[in-house]
Amino acid sequence: MTDRTALMDVRDLQVSYRVGQGRRLHAVDGVDLTVAEGEVLCIVGESGSGKSTIGKAVLGLIPASGGAIDFDGIDMTTLRGRALRRLRARMQMIFQDPYASLDPRMTVGEIIAEPLAIHSRGGSVHHRERLLTAMRDVGLMPALVDSYPHELSGGQRQRVGIARALILEPALVVADEPVAALDVSIQAQVVNLLQDLQRSRKLTLIVISHDLAVVRHLADRVAVMYSGRIVEYGDRESIYEHPAHPYTRALLSAAPIPDPAVERERERIVLEGEPPSPFARPDGCRFSSRCPLRAALGNPDICAHEDPRLTPVVERPDHTAACHFIESDRGEAARGRASVHHHPHDQGENRE
Amino acid sequence: MPTLDVEHLSVTFGSGSQAVKAVEDVSFVLHPGETLAVVGESGSGKSVTALAIMRLLPQHSSSVGGAIVFDGKDLLRMRRGELREIRGNRIAMVYQDPMTALNPAMTVGAQLVETMRAHGVGTARDRRARAVELLTQVGLPDAPARVEAYPHQLSGGMRQRVMIAMALACGPDVILADEITTALDVTVQAQILELLARLSREHGASVIFITHNLAVVARIGDYVQVMYAGQIVERAATVELLGNPLVPYTLGLLASTPRLDEDRSDRLSTIPGEPPNPRQRPAGCRFASRCRSRHELCDTELPPLIQAPTAAEPHEVRCWGLMPGEGTGWLLDEEKEDAQ
Repeated sequence: MTDRTALMDVRDLQVSYRVGQGRRLHAVDGVDLTVAEGEVLCIVGESGSGKSTIGKAVLGLIPASGGAIDFDGIDMTTLRGRALRRLRARMQMIFQDPYASLDPRMTVGEIIAEPLAIHSRGGSVHHRERLLTAMRDVGLMPALVDSYPHELSGGQRQRVGIARALILEPALVVADEPVAALDVSIQAQVVNLLQDLQRSRKLTLIVISHDLAVVRHLADRVAVMYSGRIVEYGDRESIYEHPAHPYTRALLSAAPIPDPAVERERERIVLEGEPPSPFARPDGCRFSSRCPLRAALGNPDICAHEDPRLTPVVERPDHTAACHFIESDRGEAARGRASVHHHPHDQGENRE
Repeated sequence: MPTLDVEHLSVTFGSGSQAVKAVEDVSFVLHPGETLAVVGESGSGKSVTALAIMRLLPQHSSSVGGAIVFDGKDLLRMRRGELREIRGNRIAMVYQDPMTALNPAMTVGAQLVETMRAHGVGTARDRRARAVELLTQVGLPDAPARVEAYPHQLSGGMRQRVMIAMALACGPDVILADEITTALDVTVQAQILELLARLSREHGASVIFITHNLAVVARIGDYVQVMYAGQIVERAATVELLGNPLVPYTLGLLASTPRLDEDRSDRLSTIPGEPPNPRQRPAGCRFASRCRSRHELCDTELPPLIQAPTAAEPHEVRCWGLMPGEGTGWLLDEEKEDAQ
């Protein structure tokens, strides 16, 4: 893409892990992503879909085995040593588990200020000021500066993780499941904090999450992953209101809504089976063996043999999906049949 | 007759100034075939309640009061031998993390057979066949072959199905499910919730479903009981509770949960602060310090659990603002104003 405001441009990213006996596990298998400056991109998917691997690869924490990752116009995959380190100071990560990601022997102040020392920024007086500002910005009382992680609550620990990630004033932050380990009432506080910080600092934020409700709240754009690939990508509202890929439709229908009246009326697509093994992925569409749309269409051959590419969804700017049948009238009709098939009581007048 | 009758259950860990009251005066009944969802955040006492029912709390460091009556007998006053007849047999538990609950060195079939043998279910030959039958029932794909699999050879969803099969092995009257879908992906979570509902329907087992997720409750429970800091604060039928939540804590919890079907409002509403330290719980309402509707009374006196005067059906609440009377019930007036 030639979008001039793109801060990060990922092309045909491949990441594989060596898993012994000469075998390689292709966790991410040909992913294109563009993240504009100041944008919030959420990557959703289930375990094993490759979403966390993308997060680590774009930060250079694990090497890409193929493709290019341009950050601010520079291909990171070609950099080594000091040049790579300088670039990395401009991108930071927020981890899921604030219990596991903070060193228990360091104080809150030491943890938050450590990146300043690593990237040797300014003197110690300057550090102290930056530290206290960073703590205030994330809502941590200055009195906690000499506390240890075990003395903090889960919400406070996640605030420490956020302060540490932001103290170098990075341009890009990757947050991997930032609220998944927190209690519901604390989760909302941290979501709001992330949103406030992102807006006030015009941060570019990549959020990796399995929580579709949190993602709808946070994202500008969404990438849905399945089996190492992006299957649907684009504008948040377009995807939530008009999901085009049968996997996205199943995923959205599986997530519960805390309202029994709404739950009763919803279309529920229950998927059978499991995603394909990363060692034995099918030649064609990776979702084909579980796809309700394909079943409704009478199992067309193309799905088993031809790998669908992301293509624009008609009349929806900034919305692409990788499915052979997203456009066709037959696809529409079959989708209707698929939902009726799964939920016979759904056809009533209450359906939108 | 209820399957399970929990009366004034209390659990305290430690003693003296270090004592932690994990569960305080919790009472509920569970009827045959019913599913009760227990909702709460960490430290609310929801899991400790389940462990108390299973008599799995450490004997030396905890003290348990009240009564847990099952089949006419108090589990808390039962001898070990008697307890063994019931635990895992008539009351079974499914845990959150099947990887730590399953034995990594035994095939899933062998673990199922062992459970049945321990409780004298069937003959040696029957048990093997029954293991396959159970795994088929819980929807494990290719069950006749997978009976020989070790836990690490299965996915998270499959392991959770094995755990449920083990819980079902002896045909229990009560299944305790503690956050069993929390570690699972949403599509697998949906499969497991449907499975549990179907099994409870077909086998008539009562289920206690413990979760922190109010959205999941909309799919699973007949009744919901919301816990906060060791106490029940609200209880009603699921449709009533989620449709007409009354207690400020439940309202706050629902408002702070982002919804899949709603475009974003600008900010999530939040409950300020954090739950009280369990060693220094306030004398009054446990939620008072975080409550937007608090009055002075809330700081000093603990409100009782009462039937909500504004609710048309059974709906219990613990809140001075919802209690009719002099100096209380300020939220009731608000409700009236809202209605006008």
